[in-house]
Amino acid sequence: MSIKLFELLLYASIYTVTISVVSILIGFAIAILLSSMLLSKKRLFIAPAQIFISFFRGVPLLVQLLLIYNMLPAIGLNVPSIVAAIVGLSLCTAAYQAENMRGGFASVPVGLIESAEMVGLTAGQIFRRIKAPIALRLTFPALVNEAILILKASSLVSVVGVIELTRMAQDLAGSTFLPLQIFAAAGLIYLAINWIVAFAGGLIERSLPGVPR
Amino acid sequence: MTFDINVILDQLPAIASGAGVTIMIWIVGTIAAAFIGFFVAVGRRFGGVLLDRILGLLVAVLRGTPFLIQIFLVYYGGPFIGLSLDPVPAGLIGISIYGAAYYSEIFRSGFLAVPKGHIEAGECVGLSQGQIIRRILLPEMTMLVLPPSLNMAVLLMKETAVLSIITVPELTATLSAIGAQQYAFVEALTVLAVFYWVLVEITGRLGRIVETKLTRFRFFNA
Repeated sequence: MSIKLFELLLYASIYTVTISVVSILIGFAIAILLSSMLLSKKRLFIAPAQIFISFFRGVPLLVQLLLIYNMLPAIGLNVPSIVAAIVGLSLCTAAYQAENMRGGFASVPVGLIESAEMVGLTAGQIFRRIKAPIALRLTFPALVNEAILILKASSLVSVVGVIELTRMAQDLAGSTFLPLQIFAAAGLIYLAINWIVAFAGGLIERSLPGVPR
Repeated sequence: MTFDINVILDQLPAIASGAGVTIMIWIVGTIAAAFIGFFVAVGRRFGGVLLDRILGLLVAVLRGTPFLIQIFLVYYGGPFIGLSLDPVPAGLIGISIYGAAYYSEIFRSGFLAVPKGHIEAGECVGLSQGQIIRRILLPEMTMLVLPPSLNMAVLLMKETAVLSIITVPELTATLSAIGAQQYAFVEALTVLAVFYWVLVEITGRLGRIVETKLTRFRFFNA
């Protein structure tokens, strides 16, 4: 396998990383909405959030991607396949991240919230200064985990025609008749990206302040 | 946009056959994965430092790379090392090895959670290593590893959909093909999504029922 082929794989991995990062960020935003719906104590808000989460965690990502890719044109939205891919990945990761966030908010120590109330902070202040930072701190390891899962899951967007790392590897394997070397090289690139994410995540986590009990 | 579900439901025999393949691969693959994973965990726990390192690296590679790349390696790379496999066996091997990596981690943490004193007590009364595994480690860790194991089984059910890419004639492949023939993608994929959703929900609920029924068999609080 030549250097040229490896360069092509590395180039394609930029798409893998970009799609994953964008999806995780969009998913994070949707997850904030979903988890606040779950914690709202109003059936009207909880039920739709639960159904959303159950669906996107219960259906294989591949099926979600195929559904979104074919559904968008059917309802008159002709978007490039990369957009359909990002929509699919974002909705899926949102469901998982929402569950994590709900857990994070649920484990904010009650004593901290009570003392904030005691010193007269408003509900909004308590959310912004106490609940949100602590919940995010508690769920950070789960977020790093989710990032790695999405990086791996992004290989599935090759099916809807986005030329990312897996699709590039498939095309190169077909044209060069070197599937073993090329898929092994693609696997190594995924492994390297994931190790970097895990390592950086660990570094950031250690630099974050601990949570008071 | 028209939505005519009958186009899909006319193809019921084909769909049933696809669903059968999905469920067969899921059940056989999960059992094989749990089995291999168990022996990997035993090897890492009792096989010495070198074996632990080698197996640990393998597990890390399998957990750090996408399942799709792994089955491409088996299915398209296999013939170049004299391993020409049909899609179904390739898929079964792929899902068993992939799942085994995760199951080995579940069992490994199960082993680690069994109190050391119980093992030492077994050694003191003269049990052999095999006896300690069979009579102390296994029964004590079963309850601990049950919830993550069931969770993993559900994850593997969803991963079987990926096998459609290497033309395994399971449900996703079958319904995608029907969708293409009838030009009814949205209908076909909706049926597909609902099938998985229902199956995953049922499995998840059954798992929770089994868990609550079995909690009285816990030997210690971890």
